[in-house]
Amino acid sequence: MIERAASSRGTLTASATNLEHRAFSFRSSCGRILAITTNTLTELTRQKVFYVLLIFALILIGSSIFVAKFTFQQEFQILKDVSLGAMSIFSSLLAIVATARLISQDTEDRTIYTILAKPVPRFEYLLGKLSGVLLLLAISIAAMTVLFVVLLYFREQVVLGETVRQLKNVPPEQLNEALNSIRAAALNIDIFAGVSVILLKACLLAALTLLVSTFATTNIFTVVVMVFVYFIGHFQATAREYWLQQPQTGWLDRGFLALVALIFPDLQAFNLVDDIVAGVAIPMTIFMKTMALGFFYIAIYTLAATFVFYRKEL
Amino acid sequence: MSRALFVLPAILVFGVLKLPTERALASQHRQSHFAGAELDLDLREKVGQLSFVAALSGFRAVLADFLFIQAHVAWERTEWGRVLLLFRQVTALQPHVTLFWDMAAWHMAWNASAAAMNDPSQPRLALRVKAQREYFAIGKDFLERGIRNNPDNPKLYESMARLYREKYNDHARASEFFRKAADCPGAPSYDQRFSAYELSYCQGWESQAYLQLRRLYDEGERERLPTLIERLKYLEAKLNIPKDQRIRER
Repeated sequence: MIERAASSRGTLTASATNLEHRAFSFRSSCGRILAITTNTLTELTRQKVFYVLLIFALILIGSSIFVAKFTFQQEFQILKDVSLGAMSIFSSLLAIVATARLISQDTEDRTIYTILAKPVPRFEYLLGKLSGVLLLLAISIAAMTVLFVVLLYFREQVVLGETVRQLKNVPPEQLNEALNSIRAAALNIDIFAGVSVILLKACLLAALTLLVSTFATTNIFTVVVMVFVYFIGHFQATAREYWLQQPQTGWLDRGFLALVALIFPDLQAFNLVDDIVAGVAIPMTIFMKTMALGFFYIAIYTLAATFVFYRKEL
Repeated sequence: MSRALFVLPAILVFGVLKLPTERALASQHRQSHFAGAELDLDLREKVGQLSFVAALSGFRAVLADFLFIQAHVAWERTEWGRVLLLFRQVTALQPHVTLFWDMAAWHMAWNASAAAMNDPSQPRLALRVKAQREYFAIGKDFLERGIRNNPDNPKLYESMARLYREKYNDHARASEFFRKAADCPGAPSYDQRFSAYELSYCQGWESQAYLQLRRLYDEGERERLPTLIERLKYLEAKLNIPKDQRIRER
């Protein structure tokens, strides 16, 4: 009896020690990933090319206010289209350019050997690097969003003020209708859902670039491949539907379309912002499903990148 | 190389797994009007190869704005053919932006038609009138297609009503479209009034117009606007409404 109790106490102590050890190793793993993330973010922010990209995007968003002086509806439409278009293209560019150089730069500087010589598993290294890029993307998109919202709010207030001055003699009901139509044409909450999808698309491109960069030998190769992937990814939905709905096409065509549909991500699924600006409301289920698809892509590409990187000879 | 070859089948398997999800999401996007433009050969013919690639690459809205600004410049230069071509491209790229359909219709039915009527190079009035009517029809076609793409938006119904009122002098159709605008969610309150005003100009519809205007008048001070009172008094006189049932003099 006493022996059994002692034995079960021993098992409990062992499993508690095991749990503690796991918790400790999880904490230390997170700590290492965080250290690599911070270091990657610091490295990336020191690169002038990213400041140039960010400043260029901010200038484009800022200048869209001067692009054209039309009616308030036209002005808001163009301001939103140009700003969100600039966010989309610059975040995608930033994702590709920033991720493409991560492994190749570390290999060139030989810092990768210093890091991996320490007890740092390769997946932690990759995860840390990717998290650094994702953080950079989040900061850049946040900066662009703040500028965009401030500009839109400023223009909205100017137009509202002008309208109140012009319609000071009309009945309050008509004035309210005019003011409401201006508010409806300016900022709406769905735009933030659109911005989230832009960020998700950039994160997806970063994960895919990481995968390509694990077997690419040069930085340029990764960027060129990713530019092609970007264009083909937007064409994927068309290729997929053509492959599945046109059975009378030749086997060669069908084979090619099937490859495009299966290998490439459907980037068109993340282009919701064009229609959000047009006034189409985004239902919560569609937003959540789009986000889930994006996270699914990111997880798969990161896993594939980790697999390739584990087998890579350094 | 061997690593990439090992990953490729895994990516293909993942591709097969993701296919139903992607298709279901694409279908939901279409149902919720998130596949704004059909990126097909018809659009490619309209916008050209390079623009089609840009539209396909996620720059549909920016490209549409760029073409819209070009159309604005063409309008300033009164190049009507170019304005029409550019607006066809713009509306094909962004069919859910009612503003583009509205502007296209306005340029054609109001500006281009007026320019055609005052064309100094065409001495024959009959041909000038014919050209003017053709531009009215083009404007109407833009609005009809815009309404098909945005059936719940009151703006295009209002524009169609104005087109019938001002260009075709057809008050019955104008009234019908103002009523359709009033039935849309979030429609401004004036649409109902305007529908009744237009009906009051139609021969043979005076009784219905009177009932509509009277109902609006009875809703309270908010609806008792000068035009409404003026049209109501006109109809009271025309329909010989008994004195005790007429609205009070203000």
